[in-house]
Amino acid sequence: MYRETDIVQDTSIEGDLIINVGPQHPSTHGVLHLVITLNGETIKKIEPHLGYIHRSIEKMCESLSYRQFIYVTSKMDYLSSHINNHGCALCIENGLQIEVPPRAQAIRVLMDELTRMASHQLWWGANAMDIGALTPFFHAFREREMINDIFEETCGTRLTMNYMVPGGVMADLHPNFQKRVKEFIPHFKSKIVEYDELLTDNIIFQNRTKGIGIISKEDAISYGCTGPVARGSGVYCDVRKLNPYEIYSQLKFDEIIETGGDCFARYMVRMREMKQSLSIIEQLIDVIPEGDFQAKTKAVLKLPKGEFYSQIETARGEFGVYIVSEGGTTPYRIKFRSPGFSNLSALDFMARGSKIGDLIAIMGSLDLVIPDIDR
Amino acid sequence: MPSLENIADIIHTWLNITFNSTTALLIELVIVAVSAIGLFSMLGLILIMMERKVSAYMQVRLGPNRVGPKGMFQTVADTLKLMVKEGMTPNGADKFLFNLAPFIVMIVAMVILAPLAFAKNFQLWDLNIGILFVASVSSVSVIGILMAGWASNNKYSLLGAMRSGAQIVSYELSAGLSIITIVILTGSLKISTIIQSQSDGWWIFKGHIPALIAFVIFIIAVTAETNRAPFDLAEAESELTAGFHTEYSGMKFALFFLAEYVNIFIVCVLGATLFLGGWMPLHFGTDTRFNELMDYIPSSLWLFGKTFFLIFIIMWFRWTFPRLRIDQLLNLEWKYLLPISMFNLLLTTLMAIMGWHF
Amino acid sequence: MFLKKYLQDIYYAVKSLLIGMRRTGYYFTHHKEIITQQYPDNKDSLSLPERFRGEVVMIHDENNEHACTGCTACELACPNATIKIITQIDTTPEGKKKKALNTFVYHLDLCTFCNLCIVACPTDAIKMANTFEHSVFDRSKLTKILNKPDSKIRAGIE
Repeated sequence: MYRETDIVQDTSIEGDLIINVGPQHPSTHGVLHLVITLNGETIKKIEPHLGYIHRSIEKMCESLSYRQFIYVTSKMDYLSSHINNHGCALCIENGLQIEVPPRAQAIRVLMDELTRMASHQLWWGANAMDIGALTPFFHAFREREMINDIFEETCGTRLTMNYMVPGGVMADLHPNFQKRVKEFIPHFKSKIVEYDELLTDNIIFQNRTKGIGIISKEDAISYGCTGPVARGSGVYCDVRKLNPYEIYSQLKFDEIIETGGDCFARYMVRMREMKQSLSIIEQLIDVIPEGDFQAKTKAVLKLPKGEFYSQIETARGEFGVYIVSEGGTTPYRIKFRSPGFSNLSALDFMARGSKIGDLIAIMGSLDLVIPDIDR
Repeated sequence: MPSLENIADIIHTWLNITFNSTTALLIELVIVAVSAIGLFSMLGLILIMMERKVSAYMQVRLGPNRVGPKGMFQTVADTLKLMVKEGMTPNGADKFLFNLAPFIVMIVAMVILAPLAFAKNFQLWDLNIGILFVASVSSVSVIGILMAGWASNNKYSLLGAMRSGAQIVSYELSAGLSIITIVILTGSLKISTIIQSQSDGWWIFKGHIPALIAFVIFIIAVTAETNRAPFDLAEAESELTAGFHTEYSGMKFALFFLAEYVNIFIVCVLGATLFLGGWMPLHFGTDTRFNELMDYIPSSLWLFGKTFFLIFIIMWFRWTFPRLRIDQLLNLEWKYLLPISMFNLLLTTLMAIMGWHF
Repeated sequence: MFLKKYLQDIYYAVKSLLIGMRRTGYYFTHHKEIITQQYPDNKDSLSLPERFRGEVVMIHDENNEHACTGCTACELACPNATIKIITQIDTTPEGKKKKALNTFVYHLDLCTFCNLCIVACPTDAIKMANTFEHSVFDRSKLTKILNKPDSKIRAGIE
């Protein structure tokens, strides 16, 4: 019988310590399996073994109609499910040449940015927990809970919303939406100062992250890293800036770039991105255009024969949707480019030669969501 | 007013009247053993409850609040659960060492209890090298941890045990040096003498800045020695799952857990004894009314109050700070704490010779 | 110079640690910041938003009439085959044959609450209810029949 560990044992040099981190391990945040070759505490090699939560989502989507398959994608990167759904909706609209009403576009951008903030908040807490501080996790959940409540009111659910549909959004904003978001903005502004007090300025945290897991700009590009991981190394890769979708071209926001390339740079990118998302929300919340929230579409969608691709910036990086259509009601072939997979591939490069504690810090800074990697 | 000293005296005289002296001594030994074990189990329950409540409030949670009034019996329920759980021994483990390790850790914690003074004239064994005894016996506990890590036949446990070995051995240095600071000022290793020397003021006030520095270093070093966060590398939950006690379950795990908390208690009693005057009440200069009021509070309460204050500070550390990496941990010891405490020792010696302290 | 940097490092390190401790100390002493909700105790005051997706229910009015025509639009819209509609052929008083709903089978254990069936329904016969305590001891209890016994289609719904 094929056993992965046998193969690893055979190729190892005698005297190395081989540890299986995961699939059940507190800080792999899911069922990721890393086979680590150690020399004492120093890491010599890391081999990620994937597939423990492979649900063949791409194949599943081929049997679902264009309206139905969007929902399944929210189970991939469940922390930015809105943005995944949005990417799929964009690809379908791109194929059908649907014009999305301005109100729907504004709502989509608002939801995306709220999702990004919620995702980064969870990452902040989980990253702190990986490094050993347990308190920030609960503080992060306090703010995330407010965003979840906002989602619950408008979208009906808290995690996998299925709110973005081809042609717009599923329902109009809840009447309370603006009020709740306006309550959230000052609350979060006061709490992000505490985030800095608790973690960013902490000398132990800085020592644990500065100069750890360095990846240069060139290497980040060659490993295909996107999102905060690449931007922490100074790569301009924000899809919202490079290839603006919806109304992002009309909004004022900065692409966050840090040049350190280490865990702390990636940490700072996400911390500053939260503030940028907040400013985008502040710009939009008072000027949501009136009008339809959904364009008129046919009951059964049929994409024309051809290939369609659209990309979107999730909280973890560039998410791509590639649809091959034969003209039927279901996609002929579908492929998702998930940010987590490419970011994970750089883990071995980053962590070689560092300690076990560093590996955990690096994994935390990559912000891995395992279902996104395995799909 | 009944104090612990009076109770002990009453029991002692009654036993000596009723039985002959040998039997009385044997009965006293049994009473001491039972009360030590009782103290341990009570400490385990109270400290774990305290830790859970402290962490809950710092994490904007409520904490345990279902079992009993305000959740006070939660730890009792947990202990019951651990008692009825199966204590498994892994197949590849060294069975003898694996089962021995938790008891070694526990026995070490119990032995250190002997020279500690819990109240005025209430001490099991006031030997003349009390502090030295505590410092030397406490370093035996690392053997128990190494044993557990090695015998578990688990790579995580082994890594945790090795980390713990390096950590405890190096942090003993600065803990020892800060203890010596007080020994220099007092001129005695006997715990009762150390406490007596603080009758006109605690060392942390009398000893100027050197005593303060020694106190801070002592707290940091004992936090590391008891494997508490931010120095909990031996357990390092997010790195090594549970470190040296990954493979333990049931009551054997509970013994490790209990030993951790008892060790915290012991080092905090030691800290209170050395720096905060042990059972000595707080006295302010010549304000006799205030001093009399302070004397009215029983001496055991003074000691426990000070101890729990120190325990709270150590818990506060745990729930605020991230964990250090193993090389940073050793850097902190060898590059910062040790040079500072060496320098501090010189300063204290100078101060003691010149008689600058009060 | 070296000594100055050494001492400066220690000063900033201790300062950053004390700032963190001040923050946790604040939360330790300010208990009104606690955000825990004690769920089963606050059941009476618990209010869920009206859009909350708990489970699919069929709307029945006081005459035990529903609006479902048995068109199977929801069944087709469902990604996980959660809904199964069994239809029958009714004969109207005028003698015309008409398709009507017999049983609306809803598998709660398969449902992912995506709301697509509600959107697809042309007559607004079904909606999402706010109930969320779905745990049962037997899996078969999660297979529900949504149309009430002896219910009829409301007049005028085509």
